[in-house]
Amino acid sequence: MQHPTWQEGVYTALKTAGITQIGYVPDAGHKHLIEAAHADPDMKAVVLTTEEEGIALAAGAWLGGARCALLMQSSGVGNCINMLSLPVNCRMPFLTLVTMRGEWGEFNPWQVPMGSATPHVLTAAGVHVRRAERPDEVAEMVAASATLAFDTQIPVAVLFSQRLIGAKVWVK
Amino acid sequence: MTRSNDGTLDRRVVVAELLREPGDLLVVTGLGSATYDAGAAGDRPLNFYLWGAMGGAAMIGLGIALAQPDKHVLVLTGDGEQLMGMGALATLAASGAKNISVAVLDNGRFGETGAQFSHTGLGADLAAVAAACGWQTVVTARDMDAVRLLRTRLREENMFAVLRIAADEKPRHLPPRDGAYLADRFRRALGVATD
Repeated sequence: MQHPTWQEGVYTALKTAGITQIGYVPDAGHKHLIEAAHADPDMKAVVLTTEEEGIALAAGAWLGGARCALLMQSSGVGNCINMLSLPVNCRMPFLTLVTMRGEWGEFNPWQVPMGSATPHVLTAAGVHVRRAERPDEVAEMVAASATLAFDTQIPVAVLFSQRLIGAKVWVK
Repeated sequence: MTRSNDGTLDRRVVVAELLREPGDLLVVTGLGSATYDAGAAGDRPLNFYLWGAMGGAAMIGLGIALAQPDKHVLVLTGDGEQLMGMGALATLAASGAKNISVAVLDNGRFGETGAQFSHTGLGADLAAVAAACGWQTVVTARDMDAVRLLRTRLREENMFAVLRIAADEKPRHLPPRDGAYLADRFRRALGVATD
């Protein structure tokens, strides 16, 4: 029997939390979740042109009685800042899973500034930030963060460290 | 100065007609004048007014539409708000959701900030943008006969409509602006509040 990967555990945690909508801007680190969402007939997977759309999508899902998660890369966090006033101001839950770039074995210098700023700008915008470093803690952290977000109606981000997801391989 | 996109429709009359006898239509309004117009047409719990989050109206509408497939969503917004979220026109079309329409009150101006020309006042055509993004039904209305026909179609079809309104400023009509209150009453009216 094949052992479930931590990514499968994360998808199961999202399903258990009652997530039925996933907005995403593609990222290699989220590949499994995106494919699983598209393969799941009970999940609405919405590809976005920019990450801030996902915050508005999640707000609409909540208004309509559903739960949504946003998948993005750390570079996308910078695109979200003003839209984060929406869940904060409307006392809405918001859950985002952020794959980190620019920190562990990064090759591309353009990823470093936003990667370094990500936890700070999220915190400054009113988002509670968690960070997963080890495969064995990720699914539990996502499950606990979903509970925190949806039961207390606050925005929560879970950062997936670049060491966890693996640095991008540039020469194959 | 007259430009090709100048409209003559009275925005308050247009919105009052579009929202007449709304039933269970789920309405999201973009910040600024669209919010004031919808409030002036009659406040109701199933109106979700934005007072900020510029560019987010259509995407909020999509989230609602995906969550409530048996109901219809109408996003009512201005040209400036839609221009900031222009990518959402592609996202909505790509999503495949059919129970949502977007109506843009287009005066070619940023009305809230001193009526500076917006991109639609300088030649951009949001209806053409929507069509290019994959919207199958795109309409531009320039008179009230067209608006009256749109009232029903916007509630039944997956439509993108541009309403060419005049640029004059209306008295401000301020509906509730407490976001937590607006969200909570919307959810209660829909019957999806959990407590």
